[in-house]
Amino acid sequence: MGEPRIGVFICHCGRNIAGTVDVEKVAKEVAKIPGVVHVETYVYMCSDPGQKLIIKAIKDKKLNAVIVAACSPSLHYETFSRVVESAGLNKYRFEMANIREHCSWVHLDREKATEKAIRIISAAVAKVAGNKPLVPIKAKVVRKCLIIGGGIAGITAALDIANAGIPVVLVEKSPTIGGKMAMLSETFPTLDCAQCILTPKMAEVARHPNIKLLTLSEVIDVEGYVGNFKVKILKHPRKVNPDLCRLCGLCEKVCPVKVPNEFDRGLSVRKAIYIPFPQAVPSSYAIDERYCKKCGACAKVCPTKAINLDEKEEIIEEEVGAIIVATGYDLYPGTKLSEYGYGVYEDVIDSLQFERLLSAGGPTKGQILRPSDGKPVKRIVFIQCAGSRDENHLRYCSKICCMYTAKHALLFKERVPDGDVTVFYIDIRAAGKGYEEFVKRVQEEFQVNYIRGKVSKVYRDVNGDMVVIGVDTLSGQKIIVKADLVVLALGMVPQLDRELAAKLKVPLDENGFAQEVHPKLRPVECSSSGVFICGAIQGPKDISETVVQASAAAAKVIELLSKDYIVHEPMIAEVDENLCNGCRICIAVCPYGAIEMVEGKAKVNEILCEGCGACVAACPARAIQLRNYTDEQLLNMIKAVLRGAT
Amino acid sequence: MFEPKIIAFFCKWCAGAAADLAGVSRLTYSPNVIPIIVPCTGRIEPRIIIEAFLNGADGVLIGGCHTPNDCHYMAGNFKAFKRVHLLKKMLPQFGIEPERIRIEWISATEAQKLVKVIDEFTSTIRKLGPLMR
Repeated sequence: MGEPRIGVFICHCGRNIAGTVDVEKVAKEVAKIPGVVHVETYVYMCSDPGQKLIIKAIKDKKLNAVIVAACSPSLHYETFSRVVESAGLNKYRFEMANIREHCSWVHLDREKATEKAIRIISAAVAKVAGNKPLVPIKAKVVRKCLIIGGGIAGITAALDIANAGIPVVLVEKSPTIGGKMAMLSETFPTLDCAQCILTPKMAEVARHPNIKLLTLSEVIDVEGYVGNFKVKILKHPRKVNPDLCRLCGLCEKVCPVKVPNEFDRGLSVRKAIYIPFPQAVPSSYAIDERYCKKCGACAKVCPTKAINLDEKEEIIEEEVGAIIVATGYDLYPGTKLSEYGYGVYEDVIDSLQFERLLSAGGPTKGQILRPSDGKPVKRIVFIQCAGSRDENHLRYCSKICCMYTAKHALLFKERVPDGDVTVFYIDIRAAGKGYEEFVKRVQEEFQVNYIRGKVSKVYRDVNGDMVVIGVDTLSGQKIIVKADLVVLALGMVPQLDRELAAKLKVPLDENGFAQEVHPKLRPVECSSSGVFICGAIQGPKDISETVVQASAAAAKVIELLSKDYIVHEPMIAEVDENLCNGCRICIAVCPYGAIEMVEGKAKVNEILCEGCGACVAACPARAIQLRNYTDEQLLNMIKAVLRGAT
Repeated sequence: MFEPKIIAFFCKWCAGAAADLAGVSRLTYSPNVIPIIVPCTGRIEPRIIIEAFLNGADGVLIGGCHTPNDCHYMAGNFKAFKRVHLLKKMLPQFGIEPERIRIEWISATEAQKLVKVIDEFTSTIRKLGPLMR
């Protein structure tokens, strides 16, 4: 590069700068700085004549670095870097000095503002002198997306991405996609039947040419970085060939093993060979390895010979450019709320179990019957915030329970018009389009008795009635309600294994939910570039919000994978291997997991590094520097700013 | 009157953007503070602050994004806070008053806060007098 030949172009910005700053005096002083070989002032540097003046000077004076002293770089950095590039200079050999927003506009004293402008420009000159010509970093992108979790979030994202022409690998750990939504009876506030709106989407996933669906599968290893992930997926054996299975159900009839049915949350039994629900996708039976006794009865009766009891698990390797984590939620374990008797009394159930009772495809075909004796339920008590907003359990609000309890109350009253419904609540949180109106309707039209207060105890009396003891905090009265069935609105807890989160470099918050980069501006991105989150794994949310977030994550993936290359700013950290002593401190401070150890030395992944400089400040050996913002440059800037101060 | 020399390390996302907004809003503040824009306050190590004092600064102001969530790089502001906290404990041993360093969280919209902090800090340093080297 040779000796610095720096040109400084000072803008008057009409009177915006020149009205307060003595531009000619600044020019005279700046010309004295070593390395500065050309100084020019102009009334509007961003105008066409101003731009041409810069190009001409770069060529005529053989400038190898340029400062434009004008407005904020947020306004015209791009403008001038294009100008500099068009004159054949590397754009990283250009800096702006902000003497308008940071100087002329905020000071009144002409002399002091002029002096400050000189110092600001001096610092910029000191920096640009150390700037190296750089080229943006390019890396190839694998045009395929992995989605972990086949609930409504994963399904929505998969369809959006696949419809954009990008191949998707959808990994689901259970034998069917559909997630929690498939278990619901109706959805608030419109009372759409969950299956009616969900199953067409599931079928679309099954037949989509761009979607590879892997059920009974889990991601066991992730390597690589944005654009270039290598993923290992463990596929457990289904032992039933979905292409051959005709859903005749003969196998299920002969299977001797009975186990609680998870899909009905234990309210019914299933066999070891089963289909979670009739509309499952893939549309096929599966053998549950954990319970199968390998008696072979099913294989004998199967008319299409779809069953292979010797099928082994396999490991599938995939290369993908982006990953979406949509592993969803689970209910807070009701057994932790011992005062409510969950797990002790059969007639204390959770909200998803109640959904199954309401569901036409559920264990009672939609009739509300007591699990203990099968008698029709006339009196029902709902306990909201069961586990949520509680110092001893979940501190946060699970957000959806107010709404689904109102829905439960309404659906119960529709089925049992003469039934008594009592809801214990702390606050009603019904923020959302049509939500408040829905709750009001339930309270007024359906005459559901809402009691503001906590329940202290639930037990069964000698007559077999459930007794709920609570307090009405509005009247201060102790409340005792007798009921046939008690439903706990259990809170939502995230469902993401810590080990997998670590492999994906997805940071988890204090409650175990996946942490987004910025709650407002980057709500679906993770700190590890190329990994996105959506749905309840990011925080409690309802179906509408989940779908919105899933489409947002899909849009981000499409944005990333629509290009052949990722282009990344080259102003990133760089390790001097001769100085690195392998202490690993930089690895601990890097927020992006961008540094790894290679043969005892730190190595920066150029695509992952965002150039924050945390490692530079932390390195005890001063072995790491930020490109074009080195310690030496920063120090020279400090000296330039303070010139003549000591 | 003593005119202190003050260096302000502002991160480009929050405090630096607030300084832009102060300009656009035509607020006025003391010209003694010269800003150096850094990518993140987490980039500032104690050595840099000491170098500023050695080279003639009477005060060093650090402006970053609000804790806990505003940092563009997630936790650079916490890193800066911890370093400044320790450095302040150490400075009296060199005969430097800890008040000569101030760290503040200033969001991109808080131009008024930026002005208040700059003016307050300038007057603090003015009262302390020049840093004797």
